[in-house]
Amino acid sequence: MSTNTPTLKSLSAQLAAGECSSVELAQEYINKINKLNEVLGCFVTVEPELTLAQAKAADEQRRAGQAGVLTGVPFAHKDIFCARGWRTTCGSRMLENFISPYDAHVVERCRDAGLVMLGKTNMDEFAMGSSNETSYFGKVRNPWDLERVPGGSSGGSAAAVAARLAPAATGTDTGGSIRQPAALTGICGLKPTYGLVSRYGMIAFASSLDQAGPMAHTAEDLGLLMNVMAGFDARDSTSLERPAEDYLRHLGEGVQGLRIGLPKEFFAEGLSADVARSIEAAVAEYRRLGATVVDISLPNMALSVPVYYVLAPAEASSNLSRYDGVRYGHRAAEYRDLAEMYRRSRAEGFGAEVKRRILIGTYVLSHGYYDAYYIRAQKLRRLIARDFVEAFRECDVIMGPTAPGTAFRFGEKSGDPVQMYLSDIYTIAVNLAGLPGMSIPCGFDTQGLPVGLQIIGNYFDEARMLGVAHAFQQATDWHGRVPAGAAA
Amino acid sequence: MNWEVVIGLEVHAQLSTASKIFSAAPTAFGAEPNSQACAVDIALPGVLPVLNRGAVERAIRFGLAVGATINSPSIFARKNYFYPDLPKGYQISQYERPVVEGGSIVIQVGDTGKTVRLTRAHLEEDAGKSLHEDFHGRTGIDLNRAGTPLLEIVSEPDMRSSAEAVAYARALHTLVTWIGICDGNMQEGSFRCDANVSVRRRGAEQYGTRREIKNLNSFRFLQQAIDYEVQWQIGELEDGRAIQQATVLFDPDTGETRMMRSKEDAHDYRYFPDPDLLPLVIDADWIERERQTLPVLPAACRERFMAQYGVTAYDASVLTSSRAIADFFESMAAGTDAKTGKLCANWVTGALSAKWNEAGHQPGAGPVSAALMRGLVDRIADGTLSGKMAKEVFEAMWAGEGDADAIIEKRGLKQISDGGEIEKIVDEVLAGNAQQVADYRAGKDKAFNSLVGQVMKATRGKANPQQVNEILRRRLTAN
Repeated sequence: MSTNTPTLKSLSAQLAAGECSSVELAQEYINKINKLNEVLGCFVTVEPELTLAQAKAADEQRRAGQAGVLTGVPFAHKDIFCARGWRTTCGSRMLENFISPYDAHVVERCRDAGLVMLGKTNMDEFAMGSSNETSYFGKVRNPWDLERVPGGSSGGSAAAVAARLAPAATGTDTGGSIRQPAALTGICGLKPTYGLVSRYGMIAFASSLDQAGPMAHTAEDLGLLMNVMAGFDARDSTSLERPAEDYLRHLGEGVQGLRIGLPKEFFAEGLSADVARSIEAAVAEYRRLGATVVDISLPNMALSVPVYYVLAPAEASSNLSRYDGVRYGHRAAEYRDLAEMYRRSRAEGFGAEVKRRILIGTYVLSHGYYDAYYIRAQKLRRLIARDFVEAFRECDVIMGPTAPGTAFRFGEKSGDPVQMYLSDIYTIAVNLAGLPGMSIPCGFDTQGLPVGLQIIGNYFDEARMLGVAHAFQQATDWHGRVPAGAAA
Repeated sequence: MNWEVVIGLEVHAQLSTASKIFSAAPTAFGAEPNSQACAVDIALPGVLPVLNRGAVERAIRFGLAVGATINSPSIFARKNYFYPDLPKGYQISQYERPVVEGGSIVIQVGDTGKTVRLTRAHLEEDAGKSLHEDFHGRTGIDLNRAGTPLLEIVSEPDMRSSAEAVAYARALHTLVTWIGICDGNMQEGSFRCDANVSVRRRGAEQYGTRREIKNLNSFRFLQQAIDYEVQWQIGELEDGRAIQQATVLFDPDTGETRMMRSKEDAHDYRYFPDPDLLPLVIDADWIERERQTLPVLPAACRERFMAQYGVTAYDASVLTSSRAIADFFESMAAGTDAKTGKLCANWVTGALSAKWNEAGHQPGAGPVSAALMRGLVDRIADGTLSGKMAKEVFEAMWAGEGDADAIIEKRGLKQISDGGEIEKIVDEVLAGNAQQVADYRAGKDKAFNSLVGQVMKATRGKANPQQVNEILRRRLTAN
């Protein structure tokens, strides 16, 4: 691990040892953000006063002997989480001036843990995108190559962590929005089992797929954040009531005897050679560490992109109906009647990708099309999930690439939605099945861009997955590499 | 031309939970606008619905009361449409799988009973209110009502007249208030009816095209709206015009219905299962627990009143038109025979109901308790009071003058039922009215009534009229 890479764990230790105060730490990050954010575009909103007030409170808590593991440690929230008193935009003009009057469950949990919020990170509008190019608040640059995208939709969080503007951040993942940007920026990201982290206060894109998770430099840091974020919340009916668990409990156990499933569908046409090579090297490393490899198949995986692009827009078209300009959010300046108020407010407030998905979703739910699209997609969704159930009879974890390629250039795919949608071809099936999935850095392509290894676990197997990732990170240093963009 | 009217009703009954169906905000009526709408009700970004189990309990109770199937699981679905008082841009309702399916209700039209089948009853949330007045060309939105729990109860098209529709609506109103799931307050919109009305030539197999009259919030409007609509539809058909499917509104001022939107303008609601809510699972234990809370239902109560107290079918249905009336009657008539039971029924359905109405009391409320009434009826049954005297005592009781015995004592109202005493008076009257006696004997029946009147006058109305009749007749035929 490079000393240039502060982790939650190392910062926690520094604070505990009294090497620095939370206020000093927060100020240091605020300075870095001030210096680099203009170029990188990671943060949509920073409120140094709010941040420093939180840090001050954390220092006081520590002095009072009430500090927890993460008390006073800075981090960032994706701007999809409502945070009381903070502007919460979801990357959209629609919510450009929306100040949330309440805290999301995740925000509440992080606040209670004493984490200090540096700001709200940029994202694709309403989390719809794989490059962060759909944000109303401008592009986010990939710290590894400023002409390239950081991935999306949690692109701001990913780039902020990669550029060391925050040691960790929250993200959300509906079809790959944590894992794909983590892969493209060389950091770690975990999408937990659906229902493990409450969606209360997390602005909905596709309710049956959305799941919040942590983004950081190490598996261990992901575990530290999972210990804070996960847990039952009665305000989310899909939240699962389970006993609390320690996500760090399998760290250090190694991978001796671990059965790794490699789905042949993950290594077929469409995968870039550079990425394939890095993934194969990572798997070889796991073998060296004592794991065995099993060839498996997920026969219905090819259907996951079309199924996703029926179900996710269907839910989104309904979820986004509340943005009508009546109670909050953007309202057109001029209109003749109610219909025009709706039309103009929504036409002005939403960007092109959001409109595209609202249209698709409205179409597939329409009378006469519902059975052919929505019902059919739901059936296929169950088949896709069943493939994983079958696969996990033969292996403990599934591995493969997180994304088919490395970070692409701005504009390279934004003109071709289908190409853009295919960026998530390896991640979407995991959301459809509700399984946990993560991405960890495992190498670089010939242009020096990071490659992500995807690890998919069985339901509620996050702790084991983190142990598996940790074993790799103990043996390699891909996660500690620092991009040139972070040193600017 | 001979036309048959076909009516089906959709009733929205507001469930009497303290908080809303998907949030913890209170449901109380009449609060300051938007003071009872929480983050969930105003649909802030990121909020989620959580189902109020109290609403489900009430739906189960209703299902049990009408002998319906309680579906498990049932599914909440989103009904998508834009309207300013619909904060999420969709209403959470149930579509393909409602919580309650089937069942029936027996209605009483005159002296005949009729069974109306129910299609379903489903849970859903109410919308807010748009306030078009007081805003000078703008519209105000009050979201206090948004998220209030509703049970939408849908009947089969089993009714054949506005009278049957009203009888059904009343029976349903009685039932939902009886089992305590709805306060039934129609002025506050707790019980609203939509009527689907069509007509067809008698004997036709196909139903005619229906028009739906929306939002009728009184039984009178329900009747008027249907009557107008039926006449309008018959007029159209007889003039050779076809009925177009449409949604119409009733204007109580003109007594007419007018079109709100045609079938072409009908929304495509794009129903789909709400991914924020799990399928609603109701196990047998839960159903059993609700069954335990159910009171004896109006139908059973009606049967028992007829069997036990000998009241007529009509009176029994009036006595069971609300639980308050039934309870009043029950405690008034407790332990009596059929004769007194019938008397009790007459007083409750007659003088008492009139008083309650007049004073604007809830049935059963007011200054005269069931025990007081029983004291009155007992004095009628034992011959102490004549009907006329009983009226006087009742008025005095209502005015707070005490119980029947005290009033009788104070006012000297005791009926004279002593045969000897009455005979004495009759003889005096006969002696003083020779002309009428002669008239009667000459065949003028009228003269008899005049003699009765003289006796009653002489006793200041206190003589037992039956005895007076008997004695008078005996005396007149004897001599």
